[in-house]
Amino acid sequence: MTAPAVDELRLLPADGPLDLRAHLDRHGPPPFGDAGHLVDAVERSGLTGRGGAAFPAGRKLRAVAVAAPRGGTVVVANGSESEPASSKDAVLLANAPHLVLDGIALAAAAVGATRAYLCVGERSAGLPEAVAQRDRAGLNRVPIQVSSTPPGYLAGQETALISALNGGAARPTFVPPRPATRGAHRRPTLVLNVETLAHVALIARYGPEWFRQIGTAAAPGSALVTVSGAVTRPGVYEIPLGLPLRELLDRTGVTDDPQAVLTGGYFGSWLALPADVRLSPPALGPGVLAVLPRSYCGLAETARVTGYLASQTARQCGPCLNGMPALAETMNWLAFGTSDGDLVNWAHELTRLIDGRGACHLPDGTAALVASALEVFGADVAAHVAAGPCERAGRPPMLPLPSLAAS
Amino acid sequence: MTRRLAVNPIACKAHGVCMELLPELISADPWGYPVIAPDPVPDELLALARRAVVSCPTLALLLTDD
Repeated sequence: MTAPAVDELRLLPADGPLDLRAHLDRHGPPPFGDAGHLVDAVERSGLTGRGGAAFPAGRKLRAVAVAAPRGGTVVVANGSESEPASSKDAVLLANAPHLVLDGIALAAAAVGATRAYLCVGERSAGLPEAVAQRDRAGLNRVPIQVSSTPPGYLAGQETALISALNGGAARPTFVPPRPATRGAHRRPTLVLNVETLAHVALIARYGPEWFRQIGTAAAPGSALVTVSGAVTRPGVYEIPLGLPLRELLDRTGVTDDPQAVLTGGYFGSWLALPADVRLSPPALGPGVLAVLPRSYCGLAETARVTGYLASQTARQCGPCLNGMPALAETMNWLAFGTSDGDLVNWAHELTRLIDGRGACHLPDGTAALVASALEVFGADVAAHVAAGPCERAGRPPMLPLPSLAAS
Repeated sequence: MTRRLAVNPIACKAHGVCMELLPELISADPWGYPVIAPDPVPDELLALARRAVVSCPTLALLLTDD
């Protein structure tokens, strides 16, 4: 197969969803070659995880591959996408499901897996049929089981996913042991985001040099991003990493005088606009960009998201269980009630108190989000302290807030 | 070898034994949960750190080697 041209969309087909036949016409069958070769190729490609943490994918593959001689490792493709402002995984699974399934099959062969799971949220349908089609075509070397991730912000977190697959609650567990050491069925388990696996499927075919033809030396390849908020054409875009934010916003179109952009999702940070930054990991997180118009109050948006995140605590770790609701309440007073300098200081203090003190990164991510809001919306903080909530704080929310309670 | 203290935050139930036994490296947050100094455990406190580790009622305090 010839490698697609450099400027072509790599993951998202320009001409609509690809069924198995169209997928094979375009890319050919998945190249099951020497198992060690794929691990080397992914390492050399510089591919990082597209689920948010941007961990080097090759190192994850290597860590599980070394356990392969003992037999029976497991691959878990994470398409849970519990990030409310993200839809890139659902869009990828709807448009190029066989690229993801190729990635699962190839990664499974590379790490000596005997089982594989594709974990998806409620937005993804039709995948069991796609898997069955591949079974009939002899493309799956190991059985791939499609599994529904339970609702909730933390359910898609790597260790929570493993816990649920093992029949436990979908709650994060303490690491170590990491899934690469002991995961699903208590076996070494490779957990990769579905987009990461789609890139693996392309690297297996076209090689690491091809992968590096777009993006930057430090952040090679392309990535899917979900753009929402004050833009003319919201949706999922495929961008070369390192793309200037300004160029992406030129492509999406910007409406209504944007004041800031939330990058990296609810684990991310606010960035004041205009900003001269390039889009690359880890700041890009799972590729979420939400553009906030000047007609909205950033403190109100942040307070509501903090409240949502506090509702999603797994109630396992004391600093999170106590600190998250305290932070949410403090942000609520600042955004919608009465506030003073002491309250603002307490918000800062709480972000420091919860940072790094949970088994998962929920408290750290929330702390970073709030700290960035207090800085980027500093003028609003001063105005709210001086004169109470601004009029814009009364507007309906821009950022999506799932109505579900903690599950 | 550098040794550091760490807490398994899921196992920790804020009994407070560790901060009682090793105030040099462990303090309490506003809710009574331990805040561990990020620095390595100095040699002269190693024996006391080990005592704090084995005294935790939920075995949530860990002494790790870098």
